[in-house]
Amino acid sequence: MGEALSLTKIDAERQRTVAQALRTFLPARAVLWQEEDTRPYECDGLTAYRKVPMVVALPETEEQVQRILRSCHAMEVPVVPRGAGTGLSGGALPRGDGVLLAMAKFMRVLRIDPLARVAVVQPGVPNGAISDVVSPFGLYYAPDPSSQIACSIGGNVAENSGGVHCLKYGLTVHNVLRVRGFTIDGEPVSFGSEALDAPGYDLLALAIGSEGMLAVITEVTVKLLPKPQTARVVMASFDDVETAGQAVAAIIAAGILPAGLEMMDRPATQAVEEFVHAGYDLEAAAILLCESDGTPEEVEDEIARVRAVLASAGATRTSVSRDEAERLRFWSGRKAAFPAMGRISPDYYCMDGTIPRKRLGEVLNFIGDMERKYGLRCPNVFHAGDGNLHPLILFDAASADELRRTERFAAEVLEKCVAVGGTITGEHGVGVEKIDQMCVQFSAAELETFHALKRAFDPQGLLNPGKAVPTLRRCAEFGRMRVHGAQLPHPELPRF
Amino acid sequence: MDAAIAALAERIRAAAESRQALCIRGGGSKDFYGGEPRGELLDARGYAGIVSYEPSELVVTARAGTPLAELEAVLADNGQMLAFEPPHFSPGATLGGCVAAGLSGPRRAAAGALRDFVLGARVLDGRGRWLAFGGEVMKNVAGYDVSRLLAGSLGTLGLIAQVSLKVLPRPQREITLAFEMPEARALETTNRWAGLPLPISATAWHDGRLSVRLSGAESALRAAAEKLGGEAAASEAAARDWTAIREQTVPFFAGEAPLWRVSLPSNAKPLALPEAQLIEWGGALRWLKSGADAATVRGAAAQAGGHATLFRGGDRAAGVFAPLAPALARLHREIKAAFDPAGILNPGRLYREF
Repeated sequence: MGEALSLTKIDAERQRTVAQALRTFLPARAVLWQEEDTRPYECDGLTAYRKVPMVVALPETEEQVQRILRSCHAMEVPVVPRGAGTGLSGGALPRGDGVLLAMAKFMRVLRIDPLARVAVVQPGVPNGAISDVVSPFGLYYAPDPSSQIACSIGGNVAENSGGVHCLKYGLTVHNVLRVRGFTIDGEPVSFGSEALDAPGYDLLALAIGSEGMLAVITEVTVKLLPKPQTARVVMASFDDVETAGQAVAAIIAAGILPAGLEMMDRPATQAVEEFVHAGYDLEAAAILLCESDGTPEEVEDEIARVRAVLASAGATRTSVSRDEAERLRFWSGRKAAFPAMGRISPDYYCMDGTIPRKRLGEVLNFIGDMERKYGLRCPNVFHAGDGNLHPLILFDAASADELRRTERFAAEVLEKCVAVGGTITGEHGVGVEKIDQMCVQFSAAELETFHALKRAFDPQGLLNPGKAVPTLRRCAEFGRMRVHGAQLPHPELPRF
Repeated sequence: MDAAIAALAERIRAAAESRQALCIRGGGSKDFYGGEPRGELLDARGYAGIVSYEPSELVVTARAGTPLAELEAVLADNGQMLAFEPPHFSPGATLGGCVAAGLSGPRRAAAGALRDFVLGARVLDGRGRWLAFGGEVMKNVAGYDVSRLLAGSLGTLGLIAQVSLKVLPRPQREITLAFEMPEARALETTNRWAGLPLPISATAWHDGRLSVRLSGAESALRAAAEKLGGEAAASEAAARDWTAIREQTVPFFAGEAPLWRVSLPSNAKPLALPEAQLIEWGGALRWLKSGADAATVRGAAAQAGGHATLFRGGDRAAGVFAPLAPALARLHREIKAAFDPAGILNPGRLYREF
């Protein structure tokens, strides 16, 4: 988490000037500046960081978005775009000297083309609503972050969101064909196309996951897939987590690409079992959920192969969902993992590191060491198929000391992820939360390249400034940078 | 940084200082693609070899000079593949050239494009700086996605020295079905089938004949073949045919007329151009042999919601890729300058202006 960004206090005169400028083309209901109205926007899903924005703008049309950006650009006011506010890394944390651009009113599905298998939607449309609306055509939108009933597709684009089916169906970047929007100066831009590629550099890939720092998205064209005819899930128990990790490798080595492959350790299954009664084996040190989807023939085939692999990989028990209700029950525990933690602890802190799967045992042992070192519990849920860990540190935010220990615990785990060849964030984004750990993962020259890319889109640094990519000065102050060869990083900066 | 990279970096630094254009090149198998190569040759083939490959991780990391054929053979020995089926165009094709060109083959519509499988890259930029982006894991949202940006950049942003790619298991079995049908019906049919849960992994239509490849478990293929009908081809001959389409060695691609690559929404109507076409990717990729002027071909592509590339032959000097809207052209110039301020890396290969 690191220390909060130092964000400017609200300057009342500036606030009046900016609100008045926006009011010249926006209706009164679309410009909020009194604290009782702006307070609800003070944080996103990462509630440890809060800042009341100077002004909140709620545009309803693309033209209004363009005029807001032009106006803020002219006044040199920072702009922070916000989707549904469910992000877990503080990517939509407002600024006290900035305009929060809330895209909540962009809620329309503009076009569905069932034959071409695309839907054109506005960015505020919830992820899950896309699959609902195209369901009558036998289609769906594949990425399914656990917050899918609430999180918006615009936010998914900003964060390159994943979900539990990424190994087979990919992330947001694999399932979006085109985005349309504006750069900070109000210039309309469109990245990608409804064809499968576009001429020139792949600006679509660059924009997806850019945490709202390159452009404001006002329209998203998503790719739709045919709904699998059927899906079944195998639940397997293991005596220790390392064996479970090896079973995951054995499934992949057998040439099987499961639709979903999730692991939970015993502290996690115990917490969720009390909450949702999913039928998990509480004797097991870890359980694996392995889903197969496709035609009935494919699924039957694959399930048989998966069971054989799991048996020889040391599973102590396996069971297969017999019907859709049982399949959903098996998943209910995994999907309820986060809220279940809220029941056994006043607060929990979710990490998002990704590691090469073969290092799982080592990293889980390291997390165990950290639990002892910091005196905090940490159940683990794990997107085992793609190596994305979500250790959940349980703490009490009312205790300043526990919060501090949690922060240090999390930082050590993320740095361990980098050390084993992984990354500090698999799908939640850097935001403000992991900005210091970026200094560990990237060299000064790499960070400079990110800043240069940012300048290509936004030379003055007005769009969501201070997020995702740390300044070199910040890294020097943080004092834990990657060292390249024998050379100290940032030799140009003074050190004390 | 090892000695080979240090030497390449030094070469790039010196070139940047003297503003000497460099032509980064692997096997030269795609010299015909993009703007005319120019500048002093910088051969990347010396930096070769597979760095790490663990089949159970579904990731391979290899150096740019690694021959594509060698890499694919190692994957095949382990029952895996590059699912985007990249074209080689000559036996000398390298991994670096493959990623720089960013081209994908018959499985693209079903499995994804080259860029979808890029997990990470190490690159020497136009200042000779050694940079790493992405990594070897499936999910990674730390920093902008520069490794995917490099895919298809034709070496204009840097020397792509090492790449990590996601690999996939080879399908248990493949069969090919053939159908007689005219263009419009083939387009309607392939789009309709793509919306059904069928294991279709490639399609190709030419001259009234539609070929459809199915990949997957034996049981699933049998069920799908029964549903679709058509005439089943012998599997080995069919596999050779798909390779020939990918490598453009089927008779359609022969002859002197310029070859256009027209990328369209898959359900776009037949192009209003008289010349022969070969259609892949369920309608999304239409190859056109045409002597028509660029404006006519580009106009037809744009009207159908896509874009046209002068893929092979014709007048490259007039620009091979569809012109960019002014806002995008400005972003391209700025991005190019961010990586290569001296403008020395493969100048003119992507767009004439840089």
